[in-house]
Amino acid sequence: MAAILARKLGMTQVFQEDGRVERVTVLEAGPCPVTAIRTLERDGYEAVQLAFGASREKHLTKAELGHLRKADAPPMRHLVEFRDEAGELQVGETVTVEAFEPGQRLKVAGTSKGKGFQGTIKRHRFSRGPVSHGSHNVRSPGSIGASATPSRVFKGIRGPGQMGNERVTQRGLTLVRVDPERNLLLVRGSVPGARKGVVEVRSDG
Amino acid sequence: MSTVIESLERDQLRRVPAFRAGDRLRVHFQVIEGTRRRTQVFEGVVIKRQGHGSRETFTVRKQSFGVGVERTFPVHSPKIEKIEVAARGDVRRAKLYYLRDRVGKAARVRERRYTGPDPTATLEAQAAAQPEAVDAEGVEADEVAEEAAAEQADADGATQAAAAGSGDAEGSQERTASSS
Repeated sequence: MAAILARKLGMTQVFQEDGRVERVTVLEAGPCPVTAIRTLERDGYEAVQLAFGASREKHLTKAELGHLRKADAPPMRHLVEFRDEAGELQVGETVTVEAFEPGQRLKVAGTSKGKGFQGTIKRHRFSRGPVSHGSHNVRSPGSIGASATPSRVFKGIRGPGQMGNERVTQRGLTLVRVDPERNLLLVRGSVPGARKGVVEVRSDG
Repeated sequence: MSTVIESLERDQLRRVPAFRAGDRLRVHFQVIEGTRRRTQVFEGVVIKRQGHGSRETFTVRKQSFGVGVERTFPVHSPKIEKIEVAARGDVRRAKLYYLRDRVGKAARVRERRYTGPDPTATLEAQAAAQPEAVDAEGVEADEVAEEAAAEQADADGATQAAAAGSGDAEGSQERTASSS
């Protein structure tokens, strides 16, 4: 297992050895110092905490700085715990892109782009009603339940609401290339979130 | 765009001769037949160039047994061994889609006459002076299949196209399968 934090830089395409074109997302990953270990005895669960995103001392609180100083880590903006990594790392170690190999399966989790309050057509792929012959039912969701029985709307009926800006995990992505000099991971396909967003990269399966 | 992505794309650029829509090109590119690798030449008129940097592609159109065949190549593809400019065309637009509706003599592109120092010619001379690094690697398998299919279509279409008189079989227009 391997896990790291990364910043999404954007998408491009690269030529493979055999001449094929691969469409990739470029992630700037790590290096991530291990800042804490959660243990079953002390914390009730096992996990490894990684730090990412170089920052300046004045942007962090004294509590955050003190926590990082315990692990001898520079000021960093993001702290994320990974449960699968427990037992493999020690405080003071650093995770780099070299923990990954090209061809490996990955899952990438991040916060998806926010779409705001959206209707059912965009949010749940409902179909729309007729637009002509006097119809006013164009984008409305349609029936949300029956009449006197049950006299209420069942829980969990899909409706309009906030879309996006939530945690999304994209599984089964393939790692195309690793660039240890520039701390880059090139992942085939797209990953959740906007450019400059922070994502968690984990090996999958 | 991020400078990291820019540099990733810059690293993939290769040296190619200057050419534009209307020019007649001979594209030498590698194909794999089973285990054998060989170089195939596709000669025709460039009808478009689109995109920038490492993503730039160009489309070459030719008549093959009376059927119009178009192939799109990435300009900087490692599968392209060599691009030869056979003739310069004299055209007034960047995309020559009108050639698709024309057959025979009408589908010709006038050759550009020499009218003073040609900037593209000098560029080409520079490009020729520095031979491009050819990355001789394998070729994608499904493109070979596509190639075979296209040749089949050429042969099939020859008789049909003669009857149809259009000389342009949309179905046989192939695109380089760039993605996997």
